[in-house]
Amino acid sequence: MKTDVLVIGAGAVGTAITRELSKYNLNVICVEKREDVGGDCSKSNSAIIHTGYDASPGSLESELVVSANPAYDQLCADLDIPFSRIGAILPAITDEQFAKLPEIKEKAMKNKVYDVEYLTREQLLQMEPELNKDVKGGLYIPRESIIDPFLFVVAMAENAVANGATFMLSTEVTGIKTENGKICGAETTAGYIEADYIINAAGLFCDDVAAMVGKNDYYVNPRKGQFYILDKNTSCKVNHIVLPIPTKLTKGKLMCPTIHGNMLVGPTAEDLTDKYDKSTTKEGLDSIREDVSKLIPNVRLGDTITQYSGLRANRNPEGLHIDTYEDLYGYVNLSGVRSTGLTNSISVGSYVAMLLKNMGLDMVWKENFISKRKGISRFHELSREEQDRLIKENPLYGNIVCRCETITEGEIVDAIHAPIPARSVDAIKRRLRAGMGRCQGGFCGPKVLEILARELNCETSDICKNNAKSYMICGKVK
Amino acid sequence: MYEITCDVAIVGGGPAGLAAAAAAKKEGTEKVIIIERDETLGGILQQCIHPGFGLKLFKEELTGPEYYGRFVDKVKELGVETLMNSMVLEIEKNTVVCMNKEHGITNVNTKSIVLAMGCRERTRANIMIPGTRPAGIYTAGSAQRLMNRQNEMVGKKVVILGSGDIGMIMARRMTLEGAEVVAVVELNNFLAGLTRNKVQCLDDFGIPLLLSHTITNIKGNDRVEGVVVSKVDEATKKVIAGSEQFFECDTLLLSVGLIPENELTRKAEIEISSITNGPVVNQYMQTSIPSVFACGNVVHVNDLVDNVSTESAIAGASAAKFAKGELGGGEEISVKTGENVRYVCPQRVVGGGGKVDFYFRVMAPKGQSVIAAKDGDKVLCSRKTIKVNPGEIEKITVDLGGVREIVIESREA
Repeated sequence: MKTDVLVIGAGAVGTAITRELSKYNLNVICVEKREDVGGDCSKSNSAIIHTGYDASPGSLESELVVSANPAYDQLCADLDIPFSRIGAILPAITDEQFAKLPEIKEKAMKNKVYDVEYLTREQLLQMEPELNKDVKGGLYIPRESIIDPFLFVVAMAENAVANGATFMLSTEVTGIKTENGKICGAETTAGYIEADYIINAAGLFCDDVAAMVGKNDYYVNPRKGQFYILDKNTSCKVNHIVLPIPTKLTKGKLMCPTIHGNMLVGPTAEDLTDKYDKSTTKEGLDSIREDVSKLIPNVRLGDTITQYSGLRANRNPEGLHIDTYEDLYGYVNLSGVRSTGLTNSISVGSYVAMLLKNMGLDMVWKENFISKRKGISRFHELSREEQDRLIKENPLYGNIVCRCETITEGEIVDAIHAPIPARSVDAIKRRLRAGMGRCQGGFCGPKVLEILARELNCETSDICKNNAKSYMICGKVK
Repeated sequence: MYEITCDVAIVGGGPAGLAAAAAAKKEGTEKVIIIERDETLGGILQQCIHPGFGLKLFKEELTGPEYYGRFVDKVKELGVETLMNSMVLEIEKNTVVCMNKEHGITNVNTKSIVLAMGCRERTRANIMIPGTRPAGIYTAGSAQRLMNRQNEMVGKKVVILGSGDIGMIMARRMTLEGAEVVAVVELNNFLAGLTRNKVQCLDDFGIPLLLSHTITNIKGNDRVEGVVVSKVDEATKKVIAGSEQFFECDTLLLSVGLIPENELTRKAEIEISSITNGPVVNQYMQTSIPSVFACGNVVHVNDLVDNVSTESAIAGASAAKFAKGELGGGEEISVKTGENVRYVCPQRVVGGGGKVDFYFRVMAPKGQSVIAAKDGDKVLCSRKTIKVNPGEIEKITVDLGGVREIVIESREA
């Protein structure tokens, strides 16, 4: 196999880079060790598109986040994915927090996020009736937004595929070959891939990849964040992203709606060493309850439909870095992409394209670049007339498989045969939300399993929850 | 869009819907339609291949399929119509909007509606078990469906959390299929399900039941590798530090309770009880929208299908009477819960007279008790019982003649 550029990792960043490069007449391959795009961090986070108001002024991270945010309205419309500019509020509950507001606003100005405004107690309580009544005042950050992080990555990947890029899933890089200070290619579990340029977008594992070329002058430790997702029917809801005033130690725990109408509460921030430890803990979940109830006293965590944890790729020493090396031509190393990674993935994409161009890669813009991608019809969002028409066109849309989220067999079959195919139970769930509702797959799980096996023409025991070893069924009954 | 007209539309073709349909038809209504999302009638009983059904109603022991088979024969004989593979999307006073592959979006215009959607299982997240999220965690009912309807074996070494009936029945089922059931773990110091299931499904197979224990962690990244089981304080149910034991297993089944499935009810803004999670009903199983009736596990979770059938027949007959304009009303009498009673169903009655069966669950298990219905200080009726248990529904029949208020209690003797 031979390609011009090899991107390692199909999280938000790797996928955005791949899509950006698909705008040019280049061969691009993106390899991902997991069974699906969306990596690790990109699928378990707070699903917020940030403004960068609290970034470190003058930093590369600040530039990338601030410039990425305004692009999302058009991008999400082009990619046919839901996105909402619901805005964030930062309520000050104590006098000490109130005193910090000017400092936060000033930092926002330095980051060129000029639309951050002060809010009075009355304004805040009007915007968020569930807010702690002791609130003294706060800040409004209107362009903080919410997105579907799974669909975002899938949509970018599918759009990249439509423009000629290749994604190789379940493919792990085991070594990188260099010669005379130049990238030659990578050894992978799917064979050797010859490449002139390699982009390390391996997120949590970027230090392991960097070690393959001796550029690991840093290390990554996972910083765990635990979350609750609450039922859409929970009685205590918020309308905005409600953020706490950060302390020196942490940005703190927030509560916000998800793009699909659930409530999201969390995260914790716990430094770990095990990059595979995505467990939730009683201590972590209890600490969310304690902290968030200071902001929203009536929050009903008992209405939870799931809890999960994600791992931020925390760089030591800290900071977002996009590095090229004089002694290693063709290699780009990304590290320290953390909470803002979902947001800045798209600006990182253009930044990396610029670096490649500066390195001498011949980048000719494709005149026939397809900027729009059409997603799978979201049956439950259609009017009754549109639903009726869709069922008449394809009767599979007449069979509801996931009753909690109203997901049809048609959508599931479409996802299995999409340009980035959903081949596991979780891949279906992330794209369509089948199994993401209040019964958590209790009803639809067995049906999804059958449909996957039927469409992929395999045994149900071959179907996995996600990775290859996560089998669901161990054989037939006697 | 496809339009259908009928007298009584029944949402759900499980045991509740079948009994309601038969009763509605017998009451003399012309057109009764069952709307069922599955391709076959019978609901959850299709996967309940074990015996134990029908002891009360038919005085014989039937399997789930045998039990619902009798009702299917009856509704066919009576001429009840069915709309299969049809998912109901919403209901209004006199319309049921549903969809299927054949007709697309279908409006069923009806004089009355019976809700019989059943219930769903509580999940791991509802009870917040910390740990990883590997494959191999199933609710007992999903595992039962996979095994009994799809012939799929879900695991080889199993721990079951919760001593609900489905959990215990699955402990036996999996043992019979060659799996090892390591233990059934129950948070309370008493059994959640029926005693007869403990005897027949656990004791007979030597499966240990750990009361006052719970699962405090799940291990394994891809597939379940084991669970941490801890002892809890009997009174506070707090985990006792240092009591953790690791149980190796590849599967965790959860039998931690059922919740009535009331998405449609909620959307229609029908009054819902915060205790049963089902619609508030009167003795006719009539909800806060007079043309809408409800029965079975959508109202409150029953332990015996026989009770569901009895209650559903009332709903079906009442819906038919309503369709004909013959359902009586009257002054509302409130029904209250007294000592050691968690809920009573029906939650309200409308006056007149006649006898009404009240079903209720107690809060805590007690020994010899006196169950009574009172109007102020006046005892309307009472009976003695050797023991009461939250896992077993109790019944008391009250004559409504001249009654102004009903309080139901269970007092330890």
